[in-house]
Amino acid sequence: MAVSLIWRALAAIVFIASFLEQARAETPQSVPALTAHVIDQTGTLDARQQQALEQQLAALEQTHGSQVVVLMVPTTAPEDIASYANRVANTWKIGRRTVGDGVLVVVAKNDRKMRLEVAKALEGAIPDIAAARIIDSAMKPRFREGDFSGGLQAAVSQIQALIAGEALPKPSDASKAPDHDSAFDWGELAIFLFLGVALGGPLARGLLGNAPGSLLAGGLAGVAAYFATTSVVLSVFAGLAALIYTLATAASSRAASSRGHGGGWGGGNGGGWSSGSSDSGGFSSGGGGDFGGGGASGDW
Amino acid sequence: MKRLLVLLTALAATLLTGCGYNDFQRLDEQSKAAWSEVLNQYQRRADLVPNIVATVKGEASFEQETLTKVVEARAKATSMQVTPATLNDPQAFAKFQQAQGELSGALSRLMVVAERYPTLQANQGFRDLRVTLEGTENRITVARNRYIQSVQEYNVLARSFPSNLTAMAFSYTPKPSFTVQNEAQITTPPAVDFSASKP
Repeated sequence: MAVSLIWRALAAIVFIASFLEQARAETPQSVPALTAHVIDQTGTLDARQQQALEQQLAALEQTHGSQVVVLMVPTTAPEDIASYANRVANTWKIGRRTVGDGVLVVVAKNDRKMRLEVAKALEGAIPDIAAARIIDSAMKPRFREGDFSGGLQAAVSQIQALIAGEALPKPSDASKAPDHDSAFDWGELAIFLFLGVALGGPLARGLLGNAPGSLLAGGLAGVAAYFATTSVVLSVFAGLAALIYTLATAASSRAASSRGHGGGWGGGNGGGWSSGSSDSGGFSSGGGGDFGGGGASGDW
Repeated sequence: MKRLLVLLTALAATLLTGCGYNDFQRLDEQSKAAWSEVLNQYQRRADLVPNIVATVKGEASFEQETLTKVVEARAKATSMQVTPATLNDPQAFAKFQQAQGELSGALSRLMVVAERYPTLQANQGFRDLRVTLEGTENRITVARNRYIQSVQEYNVLARSFPSNLTAMAFSYTPKPSFTVQNEAQITTPPAVDFSASKP
């Protein structure tokens, strides 16, 4: 009796384990962490080759600003390479934030398949046909001979030539934005405008009198909002809101001779959404690339 | 009096943000934009078909039946009037989807048949068209995927409490999403039999 129970339990465990194994096999591949321009999970490239490719890609980013990343994986199963590449690219969002120019080169070594995934911003510079030509002319013949490093380098220099022909913003213009972003996000300070107006408004009014104090509070709030949002319209709104709030509390405090109630609408809630924080040293994604399925696939 | 007014305004503001009215507007617009992208990519494919047909026609002995099927499917898909109202009409949506599905089927058959013509395979123009078509199909997949995601977000909002009350008050109904027409056919594994094809 007890023995059969144990057998049954064992059978159940084996059954569940095999089920889990099957489920694991069907879950899509995870997206690797974006640590460098070249990510080789297959161990194909030796350190020197990887270094050379990395330098080539870093130089490309410096001169043109576009981010090109090479990813080598053993397999993309159960997905096909197109949907895997698209998923990885949209997770990483490579490409400058303001421009969105990124290219992802995926090589699935055991599947013998490769793909160039091109962000929407670069679909003009690298149309699907051009991507297919790069695969056919640069990658395919060299990959057949087992020369992965040479194929990738040739492909990258062809991509670079195509990107060079496109009138993209200079890297110096766009590189300011991430710097400013990673250093400190002033937009997140906008919340203190509420407090500042609520506390500083009555204070300024008490020191300078009603009209000058309110004007000062409004002006300061406007200036602060301008620095936080860099939008003239928003900062004017914020300034007006602060002015009205301070005047209104003046009126109500005179009428009721009580402390001003908190909770003024202080405008200036400048969008400070900072996705893809870039605090890791060296390479990080610009976070602007939007991949709509452009590019081409091939095999060797 | 004044304090009451302030309180009422604050209450109305919190109620408005709490009931999800603005979220409905945002997600509605988002799904409309996603839908426009789907249409955009389908249009791109429809524009590509005449080029493919013209190139394939140059191949003298090409199977006429496959070609006419593609032309017919394209005519059917492009003749459909797609308005924003299509989005909220599950029946029109299904019809549109079926027409596009037929075009997909006809095109992929054309590409399979084209494999048998070596001169066509060697034709650079045809190879480029093939790459473009492949890229367009990928873009359609991505666009459909994004539409599905935006609709899912919208539908979750429309059906969960308390925003479903807002949906009821303004009669916002869940939006239709993409499905496959031949679900039963896909879920049954294909029968593979090699015994007959022995040389």
